[in-house]
Amino acid sequence: MAKVKSQKKMTSIDMTAMCDVAFLLLTFFILTATAKQPEPLPVDTPSSTVQTKLPESDLATITIGNGKVFFGVTGKEVRKQALEMMAQKYNVTFTPEEVERFALIDEFGVPVQNLSEIIAMSGADRNKPNLQPGIPKDSTDNQLADWIQFSRRATIDVANKELNIAIKGDAKEEYPEIKKVMDILQNQKINSFNLVTGLRGADF
Amino acid sequence: MAELNTGDAGGKKGSKKVRSKKLNSKVDLTAMVDLAFLLITFFMLTTSLSKPQSMDLGLPDKDEDPSKNKDVKVDENRTMTLLLGDNNKMMYYMGILNTPMAPKEIAYGKAGIRAEIIKRKKSVLEYTGNKDKGLIVIIKPSKKSNYRNLIDALDEMAITDVPTYAIVDITPEESQILEGKAAASPTP
Repeated sequence: MAKVKSQKKMTSIDMTAMCDVAFLLLTFFILTATAKQPEPLPVDTPSSTVQTKLPESDLATITIGNGKVFFGVTGKEVRKQALEMMAQKYNVTFTPEEVERFALIDEFGVPVQNLSEIIAMSGADRNKPNLQPGIPKDSTDNQLADWIQFSRRATIDVANKELNIAIKGDAKEEYPEIKKVMDILQNQKINSFNLVTGLRGADF
Repeated sequence: MAELNTGDAGGKKGSKKVRSKKLNSKVDLTAMVDLAFLLITFFMLTTSLSKPQSMDLGLPDKDEDPSKNKDVKVDENRTMTLLLGDNNKMMYYMGILNTPMAPKEIAYGKAGIRAEIIKRKKSVLEYTGNKDKGLIVIIKPSKKSNYRNLIDALDEMAITDVPTYAIVDITPEESQILEGKAAASPTP
């Protein structure tokens, strides 16, 4: 009988230290986690078994889906400089305020002429489906090629690094659309780029 | 609460309350720790899993002047050509079109193309007898194939570790073969 009583006393462990550690880790993970931004053009990427991670910085993402092409680049300074170069080439003017707001946009899909309308919108309005028509990429008005080229130039100016290009295509997108974008890249002598894919097991 | 206690407390009652407070100081932290670890697990998994995967792709140099683009000549005994069609259809042939074999339809995945590539890889190595001269796979996506087909084909290259592969434009004859077969035996 006495032995049973002594065992009951042992059941409560001091959890204070464990709790401290747990909350420390929790705080760390919450602070390092980045909230997932809503995408203006949601695409369903095909999956592959290759497990290379995308680079975090100096990355331009070209999203292809529904025949539209969206473009986004990481880094605020790079965005600003690329926008200024685009504005100069296409004779569009942006106020310094608009440039600041543009630096916060992750991805967009409008011709540069309509860009200020998109900049003026709030983040939630901007990401409505079918709002943005995609960036022109045909031979007469190849703004996508200019965006890529100016972003590369801006990346070299800002970080002195070569820009990495990632293509994020929808699984159901037809090959000619992808081919067009690859041709634009190849015309700029970009022969190596990343294809964004989902994850799948090796034994599918 | 604390103010009320100090307000009405006498000498004896106050000393008793200090004792009772000491008893309460041990809070059961089990539930709190459970919750904390649950949240840690959640944040750990979401941070590492949300990073997108990617696949590296290198393409050959292309000159703007088409006359400078030299066709690379390769030994036809080493090449295997994959034709990607619509409705997830794939055909393959070895060597030159229709010699020695006509294009044959094959399925994606483990039992289909992967087994074939592994088999051909071995036979090509036996043929050349040189480790540096392995199988060459030429991927030709047709206009109706989609991006998933291309990624699947490239993924097979990565899985089977094919030393050399390339993405090449499809010729009209090859796309006719793909379409001609599709008309004869439509796939659901």
